[in-house]
Parts: sequence; structure tokens; C-alpha cells
Amino acid sequence: MARILVAAEHSGGKLNASTAKCIACGTSVPGAEVCVAVLAADGAAVAAEAAAIQGVARVLLVRNPANEPALAAVLAPQFAKLAAGFDLVLGPSTTFGRDLMPRIAALLGAPQLSDVMVAESATRFRRPVYAGIAIVTVEAPAGRQVVATVRVASFAAAPTGGSAPIESIAVDAPVPPSTRFVSVSAARNDRPDLQTAARVVSGGRALGSADNFKLIQGLADKLGAAVGASRAAVDAGYAPNELQVGQTGKIIAPELYVAIGISGAIQHLTGIKDARTIVAINKDAEAPIFEVADYGLVGDLFTLVPEIEKLL
Amino acid sequence: MRRILVGIKRVIDFNVRVRVRPDGAGVVTDGVKMSANPFDSIALEEALRLRERGEADEVLAVSIGPGEAQQQLRDALAMGADRAILVKSDTALEPLAVAHVFLELAKRESPRLVILGKQAIDDDCSQTGQMLAALWNRPQATFASKLEIQGEAARVTREVDAGLEVIEVDLPAVITTDLRLNEPRYIKLPDIMKAKKKPLDVIEIVSLGVDATPVLKVVKYEAPPQRQKGIIVKDAGELVAALKQRGLA
Ligand SMILES: Cc1cc2nc3c(=O)[nH]c(=O)nc-3n(C[C@H](O)[C@H](O)[C@H](O)COP(=O)(O)OP(=O)(O)OC[C@H]3O[C@@H](n4cnc5c(N)ncnc54)[C@H](O)[C@@H]3O)c2cc1C
Ligand SMILES: Nc1ncnc2c1ncn2[C@@H]1O[C@H](COP(=O)(O)O)[C@@H](O)[C@H]1O
Repeated sequence: MARILVAAEHSGGKLNASTAKCIACGTSVPGAEVCVAVLAADGAAVAAEAAAIQGVARVLLVRNPANEPALAAVLAPQFAKLAAGFDLVLGPSTTFGRDLMPRIAALLGAPQLSDVMVAESATRFRRPVYAGIAIVTVEAPAGRQVVATVRVASFAAAPTGGSAPIESIAVDAPVPPSTRFVSVSAARNDRPDLQTAARVVSGGRALGSADNFKLIQGLADKLGAAVGASRAAVDAGYAPNELQVGQTGKIIAPELYVAIGISGAIQHLTGIKDARTIVAINKDAEAPIFEVADYGLVGDLFTLVPEIEKLL
Repeated sequence: MRRILVGIKRVIDFNVRVRVRPDGAGVVTDGVKMSANPFDSIALEEALRLRERGEADEVLAVSIGPGEAQQQLRDALAMGADRAILVKSDTALEPLAVAHVFLELAKRESPRLVILGKQAIDDDCSQTGQMLAALWNRPQATFASKLEIQGEAARVTREVDAGLEVIEVDLPAVITTDLRLNEPRYIKLPDIMKAKKKPLDVIEIVSLGVDATPVLKVVKYEAPPQRQKGIIVKDAGELVAALKQRGLA
């Protein structure tokens, strides 16, 4: 039996949606037993949420005021202690997991697989390289402990309906004072979250200004969609960094992705490959985005977007 | 000496359309343009700016890889690094082994900062900096888009999923760069000449006592399934009708 530990991501007393996807990855491993570790200041509500996810065998809750806000240097030594006896330690490929998991892996002396798309077993995985241009199948030696981040866009969240026991555990690990949290910009709004939204409307360099970018927001609101952006649009200051879609931004898999004034650079396309339906609006009929679009519309976005909005 | 160590990985240039080899044993590398990993050029630029602001005395560029990586180190010296080390290894290394190499160099060189890229654009691992920080038992500030030195600490703005996070880390620390940290300067012709006189040491990885044997076995490379090219609709009306039919609008 493969023993799997999932590092839970949470904030503001709520479990992040990425955790249920890691659990889904864990339970996809044949013969797996999946435990979830919640490291929090209080954590009761988060642990209860985790315990209610189907397929979870046990929730380990470690409470320490130093655990929030999450800092990899503080959390990693605790996770490394908890990981003893587990074959596979999973975390999400969100910025939380990408920051934390390699630090755990190094403390364990374990190799890490990043962005796992398929876990064929507890030692055999598939993951993308070269911005998704190639998929590699990688095998770890049997009996060797492995750490992995889970490509959240590749897994549907495990459903609720479970009732796993919650165990409070004390972990004896140092809390290094050399890393201090200062602040986080909470640019939260009432729009759907980019990483979990069923529909996403993204704008690119063609928008030309932050003011024009409101056109994207308007269409997104009409569609009940989240807003995304290309790197060029973020670099130019039309949209905030957390909206960047692509190799170095967010990898997403919505039902509908609408790319407006985005050329379709490989680094952008790698972020939307798993979208169910892609729509592209671009004035250049030769733009590479049309190679992957299910529906392409050639023309000026400044006339087309208002037209579309009117028809919705 | 207040030193900054930067990593320079030799990778396929980001403009190259990478292709999987027909035998599935890797990607096509013959005659393909190689460059420094873009995030590493950003790391080097940041180190140079810190030196120019008086926050460092020496910038040391390090690459671990084949002999040809001297080319990327020469470029780094031309950009402004003071010194370079190539740690020679003819086999591809896993991030944990690379982190062990950086750890050995950190012990020898006692840097104030180690600045690496947030990810190498070939393996897309995004592991090495965090692993080094753990092995070295020092703080890490990953995905940095702003870096300020304040005495013996650094204040770093990080690009995280929620937006921008600010943390403070005591030095020495490991920083990994995000794209918006800076825009690397261009190399000027006279600097290429000057760089030829700068020290570039080549050492063997075994001399650092690091075990470079890969733990993981790469079974095969495959191209992902291609998306089907769709249709071009003639106007907004046709598009909206299609979306409505599919229940997407
Ligand atoms: C290491 C690395 C990582 C990267 N990571 C990412 C990433 O994560 N995400 C990302 O997006 N990019 C990333 N990039 C950048 C990427 O290579 C492209 O530069 C970027 O995606 C281009 O953005 P764009 O399509 O908005 O701009 P452009 O390529 O300039 O395209 C603008 C498009 O708008 C069209 N257009 C112009 N005017 C109009 C109009 N009035 N109406 C309709 N169409 C119009 C043009 O025909 C053009 O196709 C990365 C690059 C590197 C090197
Ligand atoms: N072989 C290498 N030589 C020099 N630096 C490296 C090497 N491998 C990784 N790095 C550094 O570690 C960063 C992250 O790499 P990775 O963890 O492989 O995604 C890179 O951007 C480099 O700064």
C-alpha cells in the first residue's frame, strides 16, 4: 500500500481548492492511503473541511501560532517530521506549494517531481517540461520516498462526503526567526477566482491601456467569468500580476477561455492547453492563437467586444 | 568581501521551437541555439544593480553543466559579473544535486546573497533555490519582483497567487527571480573583449564531493496531444450563437 501525505493549503480559515485536487491526485494512485496535514495557527475549521473530502483516511492537525501566515522556512521542518513513514508527499503547484515542497524535499533528501499531471503509481509520474512542449514519464526507484507538486489544472477536485478522523499532533521542530511576513496585497474582488473559474476572459497587449482593459472586465462580468491577462498586458501595467496566465503565471483549465488581443506565444498557450473551449479574437488572421482556438474571430477587438456584449 | 552568487544555467533559447526526438529519448538539441536561462539573466542583472548601489563587492556567476556552458559564463562576465566558475558535469543533474553544488560553493565563498532563477525553462522544476535554502539552513524569498537590502536583511516583494506578498529575510538568504524583477541590460561589444580577461575557473563536480547520480529515471519524452484547429466564425453574431449552443454563454 502506498502511503501518501498531502500538505494542505489554506488561508483565512478556509481550505484552498488546490488541496482537494492534490487529494484527487493521491487517491488516483492504485492502492493509496491518503492523509492530509494541516499546519495552522488554529486550524479546526480547515481540518474539518479536509476531513470531509472523500478518500481522506486521516487528517493530521499541527497547531502553532507561527504557522500563519504560511512561510516555507517555518512550515518545511514540521512537514519533514510528519512525512516520516510516507512514501509520497504531495503539495499543490500553486505558489504556496512551489515555494514549500522543494524545501521539504531537501530536508528529506528526497527527489521532487514538479507539476505532476498523472500519477501512474507512487513511483511513476507524468509531468510537462519545456513549457509543456514535451511530457516526460519519470520513475523513482521502488521504496524511495518522493516529493511532488500536483499540477492543479490536471485534476478535478475530490468531492466532499467523507468523514475522516482528525488527530492533533505536536511536532518538535525549530521555528526560525530569520524569515518574517510583512504584508500581502489582497486585491480580492467579487469576480470568480482565475484558477477555479469555469469561464475566463483574458486580454493582451492589444488592449493598449489599463483603461481599455475595462473592456475585458465588462465582457467577463457579462459571462460570469474570471479575468486573465497575457504577460505583455501585465508587464505594461494593464492588469495586476496575479492575473497572468501561462508558463510563469497560472495554468488553468476552464470550460471556456476567451483570448482577446493575445498573439498566442507558446508560454501563454501552455497555460490554457487544458481549456475545454478556446475562443480567440485577433485582428491578425495569422496569429498563432488561431492554431489552438475552437472558434476564431478575425477583426478589431474594439468593435467586436462591444458587439458581442450586446448580443449576450 | 560582500559577495553575491548567481546561477547561470545553459538552456535551449526561449525563442527556439523545441521538438521531441522521434525516438522519445529527449528533445532535439542538435544545432539549436543555447542561451542563459532568462530568469538567470534577471538574477545576474539584479546582482549587478546591487553592486552598483554599493550593496555588494563581487558578483560571482556559477554554471553547472557541460564545457560549452563557458559560453554563457563569458556572456555573464561581459554583462558585468566579476568572476565565474563552471562546475563541470556531463550528465544532466537533478535540482537536489545542483542545490548540493551551490551549498558547497556557498560554504567556500560565504556569499551574502545567492540569487537564482525561479525556474529553469527546460526542466521547469522550480526547485533548486528552495532546496539550497533548506540545505544551507537559510531563509528563502522565491518569485521576487522587488528586492531591497536594509542593513543585514532584505525586504522582498514576491509574486504569489493572491497578488504581491512582502517578506523580510535575514542575510545571507536565497532569492529566486520572477520576470518583473528587472530587465537585463544588453551586452556591449567592448565588454565582450574585457570579459576575456576576467577569471573563469573550471572545476570538476567530483572535486566538490557532490554525488551527481540521478535518482529518477526518465522513461520517455512524448509530444502532448495536439488541440484540433477549430473554425473561423464570420462575425460576433455567429460566435455568440455557437457559444450559446454549447451552453457557454
Ligand atoms: C521565460 C518566459 C516566460 C514567459 N511566460 C509567459 C506567461 O506566463 N504568460 C504569457 O502570456 N506570456 C509569457 N511570456 C511572454 C510571451 O513570450 C509573449 O511575449 C506574450 O505572451 C505576448 O503577449 P500578447 O499576446 O499580449 O502580446 P503580443 O504578442 O504583442 O500580441 C498582441 C496581439 O494583439 C493583436 N492585436 C493588436 N491590436 C488588435 C486589435 N485592435 N484587435 C484585435 N487584435 C489586435 C495582434 O495581432 C497580436 O497578435 C514569457 C516569456 C518568456 C521569455
Ligand atoms: N545546472 C545549473 N547551473 C546553474 N544554475 C542552475 C542549474 N540548474 C539550476 N540552476 C539555478 O536554479 C534555478 C532553478 O532551476 P530549476 O530548479 O531546475 O527550475 C535556475 O534558474 C538557475 O538559477
